[in-house]
Amino acid sequence: MLVVIPAWNEEDALPGVLREIRAVCAAEPTLSATDVVVVSDGSRDRTAEVARAQGVPVLDLPINLGVGGAMRAGFKYALRHRYDAVVQLDADGQHDPAAIPQLLAAAREHDADVVIGARFAGAGTYTARGPRRAAMRVLAGVLSRVTGTRLTDTTSGFKLAGPRAVPLFASEYPAEYLGDTVESLVIAARAGLVVAQVPVSMRERQGGRPSHSPVKAAVFLGRAVLALGIALSRPSNRTARARFHAAAEVKG
Amino acid sequence: MSGYLTALVVCAVTVGTIGYLLRSRRIREKYAAAWIALAVAVVAVGAVPSVLTWLARLLGVQTPVNLLFLVSGVVLLIVCVQFSVEISQLEEETRTLAEEIALLRLDVEDLRDRGVRPGGDADVRPPPPAPPA
Repeated sequence: MLVVIPAWNEEDALPGVLREIRAVCAAEPTLSATDVVVVSDGSRDRTAEVARAQGVPVLDLPINLGVGGAMRAGFKYALRHRYDAVVQLDADGQHDPAAIPQLLAAAREHDADVVIGARFAGAGTYTARGPRRAAMRVLAGVLSRVTGTRLTDTTSGFKLAGPRAVPLFASEYPAEYLGDTVESLVIAARAGLVVAQVPVSMRERQGGRPSHSPVKAAVFLGRAVLALGIALSRPSNRTARARFHAAAEVKG
Repeated sequence: MSGYLTALVVCAVTVGTIGYLLRSRRIREKYAAAWIALAVAVVAVGAVPSVLTWLARLLGVQTPVNLLFLVSGVVLLIVCVQFSVEISQLEEETRTLAEEIALLRLDVEDLRDRGVRPGGDADVRPPPPAPPA
């Protein structure tokens, strides 16, 4: 299994996250064969050096591509090095690596290809308030119908992708706004993959708090609905083609 | 200065500019056809304004100049949409290249750490020619 950490100017928080992952992997026998790769998304600080100093391989993107672009690079790396599963984990310390075994357990239990570490599903104290919460609920409602499972948190960046999801995401992970969360779920569902969620507790972000302004929430919802609408209206042979390319890449 | 002269000057400048850009390869051939067609149309209308009047009557447009505005608006719209498509493709290509560069850079670092010099060791170079018997 491979843990992919998309990082953009995270030199402060990253070393702690890497140490934590190492500690969790050492303690859990199921995670003994786990590698970590940091994707430095056009960082202008010492993110890449900090990771290399800890002996972690770094995919150093020359330009900033956004989380989606960074993750697709990570999925390509996983595909070429023949990893079975990819865990996406944020570099800001918001996600607790100790929850990785829960994601794996959920994938086995539900035979799921994509498992979301969800924030509002009971565990932890993370809450979004006001209009932003409402916007996220609308999204969760629509995506629950698309994926055929009840989802409460669709914008979580803490996810597991299984053996069938990795080749698909290596060629089709979108780079647009919310593409790495909303659209990737639509792509997975369209390709016939099983999506599940598992409650995880989130920690407070190190810097910057999520905004509670109604205007920003409205903009967020508008862009999310637009992204969702475009993703849903896309011809479905796109995903079929993606699978074909992914299969060709594995063979070649 | 008569209106006719103005039209001719505008035509000459348009056609000249497009011709120059094409010859200096600053517009690629795949866009050339559209621009040449546009230049020809501008010349035709500029040189023989009655063409516009005739076309307007044919299409049922009462004021010929409105036909000109309509056509130019549509042409600009098509060009803009085409640029959006091209830019999106370029962004996707840039993204793919950036990912590939990052993956290759990691491979190179990996090889260097394992002692393979980037300049190429003896095993990379062709073997020395055999001494003549």
